[in-house]
Amino acid sequence: MAETLLDIRDLKIGATVIPPGEDPQDITIVHGVSFTLEKGRVLGLIGESGAGKSTIGLSPLGYGRGGVRITGGEVILNGRDILKAGPGGLRRIRGREVAYVAQSAAAAFNPAQKLMEQVIETTLRHKLASRAEAEARAKRLFARLGLPKPETFGDRYPHQVSGGQLQRAMTAMALCPEPDLIIFDEPTTALDVTTQIDVLAAIKEAIRDTGVAALYITHDLAVVAQVSDEIMVLRQGRMVEHGTTDQIINAPREEYTRALVSVRSIEHEEKAPSGAPVLDVTGITASYAGSVKVLKDVSVSIEPGHTLAVVGESGSGKSTLARVITGLLPPEAGAITFDGRTLSPALPQRSRDDLRELQMIYQMADTAMNPRQTVRTIIGRPLEFYFGLRGKAKEARIRELLEQIEMGDGFIDRYPAELSGGQKQRVCIARALAAKPKLIICDEVTSALDPLVADGILKLLLELQAKEKVAYLFITHDIATVRAIADEIAVMYRGELVRYGPKSKVLAPPFDAYTELLLSSVPEMHLGWLEEAISRRRMASSGN
Amino acid sequence: MNWRRIPASAWLGLVLTFAFIFVAVFAPWVAPYGLNETVTDVWAPPSAEYWLGGDNLGRDLLSRMIYGARTTMLIAALASALAFLSGSVLGFLAAVAGGWLDQGLSRLVDLIMAIPSLILALVVLSVVPADVGTLILVMGLVESTRVFRLARAVAVDIGVMDFVEASRLRGEGTRWIIFREILPNALSPLVAEFGLRFIFAVLFLSSLSFLGLGVQPPAADWGGMVRENKDGIVFGIGAALYPAGAIAVLAISVNLVADWILNRTTDLKGGRSG
Amino acid sequence: MGLLLRLVLQRIAMGLLLLLAVSVMIFAATQILPGDVAQAILGQSATPEALANKRAELGLDQPAVTRYFAWLGGMLQGDLGTALSNGQDIATSLGKRLGNTLFLAAVAAVIAVPLAILLGLVAVRYRGRWPDKLISAVTLASISLPEFFIGYVLIFFVGVQLQWLPSVSTVYDTMGFWERLEAVALPAITLTLVVLAHMMRMTRAAILNVMQSAYIETAELKGLRAFTIIRKHAFPNAIAPIVNVVMINLAYLVVGVVVVEVIFVYPGMGQYLVDHVSKRDVPVVQACGLIFAAVYIGLNMIADVVAIISNPRLRHPK
Repeated sequence: MAETLLDIRDLKIGATVIPPGEDPQDITIVHGVSFTLEKGRVLGLIGESGAGKSTIGLSPLGYGRGGVRITGGEVILNGRDILKAGPGGLRRIRGREVAYVAQSAAAAFNPAQKLMEQVIETTLRHKLASRAEAEARAKRLFARLGLPKPETFGDRYPHQVSGGQLQRAMTAMALCPEPDLIIFDEPTTALDVTTQIDVLAAIKEAIRDTGVAALYITHDLAVVAQVSDEIMVLRQGRMVEHGTTDQIINAPREEYTRALVSVRSIEHEEKAPSGAPVLDVTGITASYAGSVKVLKDVSVSIEPGHTLAVVGESGSGKSTLARVITGLLPPEAGAITFDGRTLSPALPQRSRDDLRELQMIYQMADTAMNPRQTVRTIIGRPLEFYFGLRGKAKEARIRELLEQIEMGDGFIDRYPAELSGGQKQRVCIARALAAKPKLIICDEVTSALDPLVADGILKLLLELQAKEKVAYLFITHDIATVRAIADEIAVMYRGELVRYGPKSKVLAPPFDAYTELLLSSVPEMHLGWLEEAISRRRMASSGN
Repeated sequence: MNWRRIPASAWLGLVLTFAFIFVAVFAPWVAPYGLNETVTDVWAPPSAEYWLGGDNLGRDLLSRMIYGARTTMLIAALASALAFLSGSVLGFLAAVAGGWLDQGLSRLVDLIMAIPSLILALVVLSVVPADVGTLILVMGLVESTRVFRLARAVAVDIGVMDFVEASRLRGEGTRWIIFREILPNALSPLVAEFGLRFIFAVLFLSSLSFLGLGVQPPAADWGGMVRENKDGIVFGIGAALYPAGAIAVLAISVNLVADWILNRTTDLKGGRSG
Repeated sequence: MGLLLRLVLQRIAMGLLLLLAVSVMIFAATQILPGDVAQAILGQSATPEALANKRAELGLDQPAVTRYFAWLGGMLQGDLGTALSNGQDIATSLGKRLGNTLFLAAVAAVIAVPLAILLGLVAVRYRGRWPDKLISAVTLASISLPEFFIGYVLIFFVGVQLQWLPSVSTVYDTMGFWERLEAVALPAITLTLVVLAHMMRMTRAAILNVMQSAYIETAELKGLRAFTIIRKHAFPNAIAPIVNVVMINLAYLVVGVVVVEVIFVYPGMGQYLVDHVSKRDVPVVQACGLIFAAVYIGLNMIADVVAIISNPRLRHPK
């Protein structure tokens, strides 16, 4: 029996929130959660937003963000309750016994100080080693985490290195004082998928080599399955299930866990070619304010009722393509043909029918709806604007649309703030559908949503497509979403189209180098995927 | 709107502000004596008959302050209304239209704001006569630069949001975009700003009158009354402090209301307020 | 280093350009009612020939552009022209007064700046608790107070009733430093109170902004002492915003001087300006206006330059 490092008993966490213009209210975030962690083990905390995973993760540091505080229970670290440690005692624990790696390393580093100073600061302040010894330790860690030029890496300022490197530097900063426990709080969520895999592998190796214990917090089950020994599933501040990683992934007991494991497993049969394309984009080249070209000679087309998924990482130009098609950004070269007619490059010159038949759904449903308009106005305005519907006819159509997005008429007088994330996105879908479009551009419509909610939206979109024969241009960075919804796929990299064709062809070998990298970087929901992916990649690079 | 949720400080501000407005509107009926009626001794001490005593010429100080409320608040209100109308219309227009119009207006405003407003007003008032019309015009134009910046910033912030882009993509015209999409979301900060501009105009006008460059005697305004009675201070006569205090109380009241409106405003993601 | 230097020089050039534009505006603003300076000197009863002669003497028969450049050229060489009201050289009359004004402003700044930063820190330290609430309530009130209210209340109570400090700020050449300091005590306190609230409110916001950054949380989770966090992580990042606050408020202060000098009958530039506005003495007004504007623009420029210099992204480019 290994030694217990952390023992959390019946932890209750509350917060005081102040709604604008109202009196403060006390709410409970975590309703009594217990678990133990042995030395050298990694526990994954997983859940959707609002599950309380970050709040629980910060409890071994005795820390709560913005009005959050521990209201009950015990947090026993190395045999003593840290809730009774007092400010001085907490200071001795923080950094030295428990270290923290934040989601956004770019914000978590002091912009005015060199990286080395920050990495060795805890070690020096807690008098754990001399400066020379600490610097040597930091350089060894830089090397172990695969940072470039470990000897001089620490001389740089945070803004001088990339996001993936900063995330590794933050891991080095946590490891430097040789703590017993590290809290990883969504350390790879903000990274591109091809960067994520390397950082993930580096973190995993570092954990293994140093023998440090860790709490790994994430919303992505496939990611946590790669690094942790055990997983605890949380929902709305309560534990749903706690078991070994193998048990949670391969034999989940609870309904909710099963749903999480099987998420993103929607399969969609590729549709057969259906004739003349509804949208045909040829030779598009575009740039912002005449500077660097963000799109270089891109040509794609979409058939009626089909879905073209445009995949790429940040900076690939996929969202710019959407702006060009909608007319918000007139291209420097190239032509757009829509339903057999040539579209004007600029928005103001397009006819009302052009606008009606080409609708758009945004990533952030929050900002895509006017907060001062009710659902009735939001969905009703296109009806009024394009079809001149008024009064009863309009009302009936609004209700019909609400029905289609699986929401009742009870929502008709609500404001966006009174809807959940998924409901907001559904209303945006209804607004697009209200125009009876031939094509809807979906810009990362599911990436701001929790996985289960995102699944619901994807299913809805597929159903609506079958019913209304509408085509989708689906912009995303997420391969799972692509598999779920696409008929054709366009892979973009730095403004260029690197691979394009039917889903079955694009996702089948032989691959070009970038698509290979992209596909092999997407975490899969089985144990050992990370090792396989990394070794495949190493073989590929050493073999050639 | 839920009246019970209005905090005490905002109530105080609202009640006092309305009291000032009431007194200003009904000055001839409220004031016990005439504006320029000499009724008592020079700097007579406060008494049951003359609540605040006499002024430097033996006129009833309270009555003059009541008439002064009218002058001060009317000029300030007109100046801020002018500032507000021109500033917000041009600010919105600059934000929505962009391009050279935005550039031109923004640089002009930068230029005007590079000169402290009091100094600019003094320079202009050294050549033009200080009548009421001029004062309103000068103060209104100087102030409109601040309103322009705020209105433009707010409109630009809202204008880049997806829901505005969505209405552009739908094909809506500039009018719908300004009045139905942007304005409802910009209203709270603008209303609060109107309050702040009004206070500023009151203070500004009072400073000018105090310097002898604003409202000219025999008309009464609070700043001018401070000037008339300031010589009494060194003799221990506090007559000048009453009009100065009135300015302060009015400014605090309006500030309390504006502060509440600003706090009440929820951010765009948080949804509606009230 | 090249980038940084270029940005700083650019900002300084911008400031000079702005000052030039402002000089055009000040000159233009005094030309709204054309040609009446001669009339103003000679009065309504002047004969047409006398007026014409006076205009020629003052160069008013020249086009406005020529007169602007003549005026600007004089300004650049320190020749501020002569006052219409008494025919004296403006530069001579202004020199001593400018010194007085700067002395008063400096005394006020020496009190106000440290006090405002200290109170701003206190407000942040006790955020949401009574010291913060008290400070913000007092701030709200004092932003609403006209300068002359503060000034006369001080004169009435401190100067007249308690007789602790002189209520009229007379200064003369032979005065020693301490005497002079006593003379400007009340106006300096008034000015301090005028800018203190603003400066404190802005300092509070600037520090809070830094204290809420993720890197402060990182420092806290490293188990550092509060003092170390402030010294190593908060302070280096808060310098630029705080300097900005200070400079903007010093600019307010220089303008606030105008009214305060009138209240305390202090022989500074503000009083000189106000006197000559009512005398419609355009050359004096132009000169004073330009000097006030130059100080104002200069302080704002320093704030921006400090912000550029203290930005690590510019100091250590990729």
